[in-house]
Amino acid sequence: MKKVTLVEMKSKEKGVIIKVEGGHALEKRLSVMGLNLNRRITKLSTFAFRGPVAVRIGRSVVALGHGMASKIWIELEKD
Amino acid sequence: MDRTGKRLKKIALIGNPNVGKSVLFSRLTGVRVLVSNYPGTTVELLEGYLTVDKELVKVVDLPGTYSLEASAPAEKVTVNMLKEEIDLVVNVIDACNLERNLYLTMELLESGAAMIVALNMFDELRHCGVALDVKKLEQLLGARVIPTSGMTGLGIKDLKEELFQAKSRKSSKHTNEQRWVRIGKIIEEVQQLSHRHHNLLELLEDASVTHFWGMAIAALVIISSFKFIRFIGEGLINYILDPFFNNFYRPVIQRLSVFLGPGGFWHNVLVGKVIDGKIDFQQSLGLLTTAPYVEFVMVLPYILAFYLLLSFLEDSGYLPRLALLLDNVMHKLGLHGFAIIPVLLGFGCNVPGILGTRILESERERFIASTLISIGVPCVALQAMIFGVLGGFGGYFVFLVYAILFCVWLCLGAILNYFLKGYSPELLIEIPPYRVPSLKLMSKKVFFRVRGFIFEALPIVLLSVLVINILQQIKVFEFISIIFGPVLRVLFGLPKEAIWALIIGLLRKDIAAGMLAGLGLNVKQLMISCVVLSMSFPCIATFIIFFKELGIKRLLQGILIMGIVTAVVGTAMNMLLP
Repeated sequence: MKKVTLVEMKSKEKGVIIKVEGGHALEKRLSVMGLNLNRRITKLSTFAFRGPVAVRIGRSVVALGHGMASKIWIELEKD
Repeated sequence: MDRTGKRLKKIALIGNPNVGKSVLFSRLTGVRVLVSNYPGTTVELLEGYLTVDKELVKVVDLPGTYSLEASAPAEKVTVNMLKEEIDLVVNVIDACNLERNLYLTMELLESGAAMIVALNMFDELRHCGVALDVKKLEQLLGARVIPTSGMTGLGIKDLKEELFQAKSRKSSKHTNEQRWVRIGKIIEEVQQLSHRHHNLLELLEDASVTHFWGMAIAALVIISSFKFIRFIGEGLINYILDPFFNNFYRPVIQRLSVFLGPGGFWHNVLVGKVIDGKIDFQQSLGLLTTAPYVEFVMVLPYILAFYLLLSFLEDSGYLPRLALLLDNVMHKLGLHGFAIIPVLLGFGCNVPGILGTRILESERERFIASTLISIGVPCVALQAMIFGVLGGFGGYFVFLVYAILFCVWLCLGAILNYFLKGYSPELLIEIPPYRVPSLKLMSKKVFFRVRGFIFEALPIVLLSVLVINILQQIKVFEFISIIFGPVLRVLFGLPKEAIWALIIGLLRKDIAAGMLAGLGLNVKQLMISCVVLSMSFPCIATFIIFFKELGIKRLLQGILIMGIVTAVVGTAMNMLLP
């Protein structure tokens, strides 16, 4: 299965969060907003010039900065 | 304490941001609060009272938090509050987002507090394609779960009845992972998702967070916002308020003028100067002429238009999307996209704008945002007057003033970001679904904001007019003009009389801008004074809130920055504009 960061993931692709780099604090902060390990997400968009990333998690949408997004690893689902 | 000295029982509403705590709070206590559709509307503690079984209890509405280990100041309020004596926690959760909401629920259960769960937005469940087994959820959590809806009032009665049936039961501490495992199990047992097709709102939802469509929608929203404000504002002024004042109010004042006799002290105070044999509502500067005319005819229509628009944008859920789109730009200023929300609030009045910066994590961000708001963001009252005094020369000049202020805002932000120590945290926000704003809630909100404006502004407006009036009569201004006149002339190319307006700007900017109209300035001078007025001293209310929120040291730094930037920009305009 292909593994990419949330930044590299393309819009409309789906996948599961497998790893969050950057320490426990970040992992915790993301997880309480729904971006926890093993969560299935759908990428909505990335903004140009190292802009933020938007993802759909379940019924909610979360936007996060480029730096954070580049620390989240996703295992892509096959279509 | 109640009247007999007994300690009142205390109930706290706790939950994730934007789950509708404030609407529930309002339902429970009857206290009117501002609610909107974005996370972080409530940034301070709100308290109200409720009677349960003839016993008065205190209810506190807390800013939303995702976890009991908080990061932003608004969230810390909640965590600190929990450590105090709370007799009952009402954990408000969004029924459509059960999984994420349960994390805080787990933490609360582990804290051992007596707790009821309000399964809020229960009426939206079918719409979001979720089915829940409430009984099962109750069993698994070991706490009473009551389906509620703040919007429709569903379950409020049940909630009130159950309030003190809840018992505290200590559950053991878990690690982060253990909590998620437990939540996973609960979700599996109680929640069923059904597939459903996207409706139009949801298609718009997804479109507005993509690059191309997002920008296109943002441009459309911003342009129609300006059009809307001008349409409502100018319409009310030209067709209703100005004719009303001239046809009905003028005769009354004229009679009063004759009765008091022009030239006397009371005539000067109440009616003001008679210009070319006539009372000029804009320039006479009397308590009963200029003060009400400026506030009710020139400013109020724009206030109304602005708050109508802002309330619509807030309740629809568009604002967090704007935050996402502008994140990149805001990072150049040391902020992240979410800071656009306090900035927008600042366009209404700088005071709620600066209060709103509490949603930002670091003190550095709050200082940058507050400084930018007080220097680069003119409040709607001042904007109305800028339209009033400059609009007659053509929209181009008004646009130029906005463009200059926007450049100042950008450059100053970039400079502050460069020189201030520290880094700017990244954006991390939840984007709420679009909702069709409830007309009732929206009109309530507009009503309270407009009423707030009238009650807060009017006394200061009257005071400002009185101060100008008396200072004019005792000739203090002339003394001040002699001292500051040369500075104004050399730097900004303004006549010495303009200092009056700048000083009055300390109290109220709208009256100050109104005074410019009477000075016979040319377009260039008017533009310079509008910009200088916008940027220079914030009005007294902004001053106080800046001090309260960030302390004396930051206030003095802010003032210093303000002074320098205003002098530089005013001088540059004077030298560069033809």
